[in-house]
Amino acid sequence: MSFINKPKVRHPDLPQNELGLTRRDYEGAMSTLCAGCGHDSVTSSITQAIWELSLRPEQLVKLSGIGCSSKTTAYFASGAHGFNGVHGRMPSIAAGANAANRNLYYIGVSGDGDSLSIGFGQFAHAIRRNVNMLYICENNGVYGLTKGQFSASADIGTRSKKGEENRQAPVDPCLAALSLGGSFIARSFSGDREQLVPLIKAGLMHRGFAMIDVISPCVTFNDHVGSTKSYEFTREHYHEAVHTDYIPSRTEITASYGAGEVVPVQLHDGSQLRLRKLDRDYDPNHRGKAFEYLRTKLRQGEHVTGLIFLAPGHDPDMHEMLRTTDVPLNQVPYEQLHPGAAGLASLLKRYA
Amino acid sequence: MAQPPATQDRVNDFVIKLANVNGTGSASANTMLMKSIFRMGVPVMGKNYFPSNIQGLPTWYEIRVTKDAYVARSGRIDLMVAMNAETYQKDVREVSPGGFLIYDSTWPRAAVLVRDDITILGAPLARLCNENFVGVRNRILMKNVVYLGLLAALLEIDVEVIRQLLNESFAKKPALVEANMKAVQLGHDYARQHLPCPLPLRIQRMDKTRGHVMIDGNTAAGLGAVYAGATVGPWYPITPSTSLMDAFKSFCSKLRVDPETGAGRYAVIQAEDELAAIGMVLGANWNGARAFTATSGPGISLMSEFIGLAYYAEIPAVIVDVQRVGPSTGMPTRTQQCDILMCAYASHGDTKHVLLFPSNPEECFYMMVQAFDLAERLQTPVFLMSDLDIGMNDWMCPELKWDDAYRPDRGKVLTREEIEALPRFHRYLDKDDDGIPARTLPGVSPKGAYFTRGSGHNQYGGYTEDSAEYQVVMERLLRKFRQAKTLVPAPVIEATGTSDIGLVAIGSSRGAVNEARDILARRGIPIDYMRIKAFPFTKDVEAFMASHDKIFVVEQNRDAQLKSLLTLETDVPKSKLHSILHYSGLPMTSKEIVEAVLAELGDARRAQVAAAT
Repeated sequence: MSFINKPKVRHPDLPQNELGLTRRDYEGAMSTLCAGCGHDSVTSSITQAIWELSLRPEQLVKLSGIGCSSKTTAYFASGAHGFNGVHGRMPSIAAGANAANRNLYYIGVSGDGDSLSIGFGQFAHAIRRNVNMLYICENNGVYGLTKGQFSASADIGTRSKKGEENRQAPVDPCLAALSLGGSFIARSFSGDREQLVPLIKAGLMHRGFAMIDVISPCVTFNDHVGSTKSYEFTREHYHEAVHTDYIPSRTEITASYGAGEVVPVQLHDGSQLRLRKLDRDYDPNHRGKAFEYLRTKLRQGEHVTGLIFLAPGHDPDMHEMLRTTDVPLNQVPYEQLHPGAAGLASLLKRYA
Repeated sequence: MAQPPATQDRVNDFVIKLANVNGTGSASANTMLMKSIFRMGVPVMGKNYFPSNIQGLPTWYEIRVTKDAYVARSGRIDLMVAMNAETYQKDVREVSPGGFLIYDSTWPRAAVLVRDDITILGAPLARLCNENFVGVRNRILMKNVVYLGLLAALLEIDVEVIRQLLNESFAKKPALVEANMKAVQLGHDYARQHLPCPLPLRIQRMDKTRGHVMIDGNTAAGLGAVYAGATVGPWYPITPSTSLMDAFKSFCSKLRVDPETGAGRYAVIQAEDELAAIGMVLGANWNGARAFTATSGPGISLMSEFIGLAYYAEIPAVIVDVQRVGPSTGMPTRTQQCDILMCAYASHGDTKHVLLFPSNPEECFYMMVQAFDLAERLQTPVFLMSDLDIGMNDWMCPELKWDDAYRPDRGKVLTREEIEALPRFHRYLDKDDDGIPARTLPGVSPKGAYFTRGSGHNQYGGYTEDSAEYQVVMERLLRKFRQAKTLVPAPVIEATGTSDIGLVAIGSSRGAVNEARDILARRGIPIDYMRIKAFPFTKDVEAFMASHDKIFVVEQNRDAQLKSLLTLETDVPKSKLHSILHYSGLPMTSKEIVEAVLAELGDARRAQVAAAT
């Protein structure tokens, strides 16, 4: 944990994105998490992804709940508004914010306690509502701020730092999201930036609710022998089923892959995803098969990663289901919202 | 034709109570009965006492015909229309001496219907329906319309007015107009031939409803939200607030949908629970839309954590609490004013909130607009404290008016130019010395970005655990709340200038208090009246209480919540305040206020006499 402010010095030769901004322009406050925390690596990947996407910082809205993971929205994109709400209720704030202005990019950062215990209901309903946002669950299987209790994602048989064994079945956010109709469901590992950065970019550009479960080990309370969410265990049982490349719309697509291995997916903004199947039997467009595959691998103690499921076609998002106008609701001129005195008189006729 | 009984005439001044079974279609017939009297220019009051049930339980509808335009229950029942055999015994008992009772004589109930001080009239309604209509459901529905026709004859209600109302209700289904008119005529003819028409209770045309509407508070508040420019309405269904968001949605679907694309300039979102509903309200307001939710007491309990966040992080929000009987699930279809203290201080930690107290649907409309202006001006949650009586009953109100010059007060929201002209933006800095800092919206400028949090923060918006920094913000929030006193509506005071007795009330108690004051004045007891319209209490509230020696506080709860709030938040000595409490779940009557005042003053007078001797 550090208390110093970040120095403002920057190297003149730092690479710039299309907006002429450097990666430093997308950073936030200094992290106060433990040294080596997986969450800081996720923060770094988020910073990288939004810099690469050349989003203006103010186009981004950062949302979080309560917990170690939820602190991290302060550690990137200081030019974006952030909202650190109440425990487990970030999805509702995100839904409301998105209802007010559909033209911004929403990124929610939560954890396994925030998403799968106290906030499980809101997590589930944000998926059902298909709120257009990227939702990252930084999953470490443990409560950090309250010092080491199991979370709902702790696997059966995993041991706490004090040696206690968990006997309750875990909630797997990817399986849950699959069964709830999620349209973009991915898993990654904080230590695999190569996999995570394109997933974050794809998730932000996906129209609808994009969920990335990121295994992000807790160095202080859950990195010991006997834990199934330690760095060591995750590296050993890490199984990338699908690798995703994100290709922005302005890039000429030149890379070629062997037929049958690559699934190109067009996103609504013109960019493209290329899903490279690393497991021949895997079909990331088939909800039922994805569910079965994931469950089988979980039983074998494997962490399946990559873009596990991407709904074929397009599922309507919250605004499309509500049929709201394209103009953000917070920008509709007041005159267009009511029919004035004359309109009131005619509305009241049926009450006279 | 039988002769009318020799009872004193009560033209345009009597109470009808209709006892029905819920789910049988009686509500629309009863509303039509009331509306037809209203259309004849005679003021009416209607109260619906319905069960928390879909079908089969007892339900009552009370209509007061009141030439003097009183809006409260009088406490009398002059004509009982007893259509529910299960409640006959109770219904018979309730009729005031000299009154009338009408029942369905298809099944004679001689044993139950015994009272020699009232007139009992039978009409074979079920038999008439069975002979004239086909289908079980249809016969059940039409029975209500038959008694409507019967009452039209007995009370001299113009059948043409009823026909006009039917034409309006079934504009798209003319066949239904004819079927209903047939039922009206059946009842009307039967009454003319077999019953003493007209009764001494009857309607005579007046001209006292012109320029008025019959509207319920939830509809009026929903309409208020439209005119306030609200665009986001997240909510969770709960009686008795549900019809508010339904009304908002219905108005929006007519007024705010592009006919070509079908796209709407509003988002009504049914949330998974009240926690999510208020979370969405905060997210949307934080992001610059006007958003509100409607709920009732149990919903406020669930929303409390978020309400504290909104208070501390200074996010505007409008919350309508259509109060119902508590505690816990309580009696969901009965009315009370029982959430005053909970809303005033909702959430853990030191929090205080702005409350508005509408007294009828008319004020629901105007106060809804005011609530948004206050919420955005003060950047804090504002509660509209309605109740089931106001929200779900049709009230006669002056026609709602709109001033086209109105523009929403969006409060201190910095524009891009304003942000960029600043050396640095600090979210919680009191630059204007009024306790209210400026805010910025997402998407406008990176320079305006800040981190909204419910955790400890300093006036610059940064996280803090420093005692002094924390206290600076908490003190400033208190200054902001004091500032609110200068912005909220002042009380309505009706003073004689000579009385040292005062009476304080809020919300739907207004009608009962007005009538009680008239009755007491006629008995030589003039009482000054202050109707409080908002919390925090303004300086006029203090002044009224300082200038009266004895103050009755009338409210609809068991624990004297308004009185508690007055003693906590003003300088009034507790000994001056005397509670008149009503918490049966039914709307208050003027009678009980009169009796309570007389009892208390009587004791006081006795005490004076005792002290003197």
